[in-house]
Amino acid sequence: MSALLNIKAIMKRELGGYFTSPIAYVFLVIFLLLTGFFTFTVGSFFERGEASLVSFFTWHPWLYLFLVPAAGMRLWAEERRLGTMELLLTMPITTWQAIIGKFLASWLFLALALVLTFPVVITVNYLGDPDNGVIVAGYVGSLLLAGTYLAISCMTSALTRNQVISFIVSVMICLFLILAGYTPVTDLLTRWANPVIVEIVAAFSVMTHFEGFQRGVLDTRDVVFFASVMGFALFTTGVIIRNQRAG
Amino acid sequence: MIKVENLSKAFGPKLAVNDISFSVERGEVLGFLGPNGAGKSTTMRMVTGFIPPTAGKISVGGYDVLENPIPAKRMIGYLPENAPGYADMTVSGFLNFAAELRGMRGDARKKAVNRAVDLCFLENVLYQSIETLSKGYKHRTCLAQALIHDPGILVMDEPTDGLDPNQKSEVRSLIKRMGENKAIIFSSHILEEVEAACSRVIIIDRGRIVAYGTPDELKARSEMAGAVHVRVNGVPAATLKDRLAQVPGAARAEILAERDGTAELRVYPDKSRAGGNLTRDVAELAARQQWQVAEIHTEEGRLDEVFRSITLPDTVKGPAI
Repeated sequence: MSALLNIKAIMKRELGGYFTSPIAYVFLVIFLLLTGFFTFTVGSFFERGEASLVSFFTWHPWLYLFLVPAAGMRLWAEERRLGTMELLLTMPITTWQAIIGKFLASWLFLALALVLTFPVVITVNYLGDPDNGVIVAGYVGSLLLAGTYLAISCMTSALTRNQVISFIVSVMICLFLILAGYTPVTDLLTRWANPVIVEIVAAFSVMTHFEGFQRGVLDTRDVVFFASVMGFALFTTGVIIRNQRAG
Repeated sequence: MIKVENLSKAFGPKLAVNDISFSVERGEVLGFLGPNGAGKSTTMRMVTGFIPPTAGKISVGGYDVLENPIPAKRMIGYLPENAPGYADMTVSGFLNFAAELRGMRGDARKKAVNRAVDLCFLENVLYQSIETLSKGYKHRTCLAQALIHDPGILVMDEPTDGLDPNQKSEVRSLIKRMGENKAIIFSSHILEEVEAACSRVIIIDRGRIVAYGTPDELKARSEMAGAVHVRVNGVPAATLKDRLAQVPGAARAEILAERDGTAELRVYPDKSRAGGNLTRDVAELAARQQWQVAEIHTEEGRLDEVFRSITLPDTVKGPAI
């Protein structure tokens, strides 16, 4: 009970932190501009002539690659830079409550950004007759994808007091998670490596697991994949913080 | 309330805190003195549960900080070094957050925040963000956070650092007042402060306790403690020095100043000879010799002298092991 209240207090503060600084507004505006640009211009939404949001969701792994680490880089790095980590961790709460509270707050913020893309859903429904089940599945997948990147940013943020380093390292890790299953890369790999190995590597990629959601398939294995990467990254965050405190 | 036994902390090969033991009861104010890097902050961070010790035991209010950190932390209010705070939060938001993490909701929280705001004089800046505050206000905001749940134990790392003289004396009297029914540990390198506010003092150097006692006990260790200061008119200082050095119980006499026929001297007591009253002996000698004594008093001993004599700089002592 008190654990939930502690998590809630930390979430509230963290979420408030986004909106008292310009970060939230800059992030939301850029996110919405870029999704619009990719969907309508690069993704040629109108030229496709189909009532679906494929051109919207296809770009999310790439868009999140830069935007999610930007939203998550401050989580722990800022706390260490300001010295408030010492305050937070000498409060009667556990490190896990702090980690989860911070993660959930940022995830909620990313969810809000995603919710604000609702005009694209209205547009496609106005113009045609899309399968809204597929769209919902797409959103669920996109949210899980964002959470996965965020957990990784959380982990790299705990590594350093420098937000720039945190950002770059998490972009690198997320890029690896994309490329491991990105079709042009896997095609290249099959030329030298055993297809079984390529498939195993691709199984670690967010692309492979995000695909199903785009097609409207809610596969438990994909959900488990995203959840376990998140769990692993957050667990590692805890280990990193514990090791830093132990000196 | 706080009991620390054989506490050690190593950072790599460097021993920051080396086998420290002490205890603090309710109603006591313990001052931590020591040069920079002596291990004061590290010790406090271990007591408050921020970093785990390499060896040793810490118990706070009967709870082991390592095995049972949450109830132990509940009893502690902590002001870390440099008084950190969330830069983009307002003072009010920050204190409410602290109160919430301390498990206070609704009316209890409001009351607690108001109390802390009154105690630390923060009314004027309540809705200002912490990054825009002056150092003094920032410090007091962090102190308010430490006091918000009226803790039984207060740990403060340099609570008066960066404050102006008025604020310093305010904080000092606050510490003294709260020390009546709390157990307080605070660190400082300002000696008068420790002398004014503490019931006991630990001097720590290179991770070890080098002195432990009441301020008076420590002052008595000073060479100057019990020395007699005299000012005499019309007698040459050299003559006075010879005579005074022969007083039984005097170790030596020192000329402090000689101006316009007035000589000022200090007579140091011979510490190997206990008992005796050096001041009386000096006064009697002066009466016999019919010196015109303008002033005579006993020196109390000075903490800074004790501090300097037991915490020598690196160059003198050689490398720490």
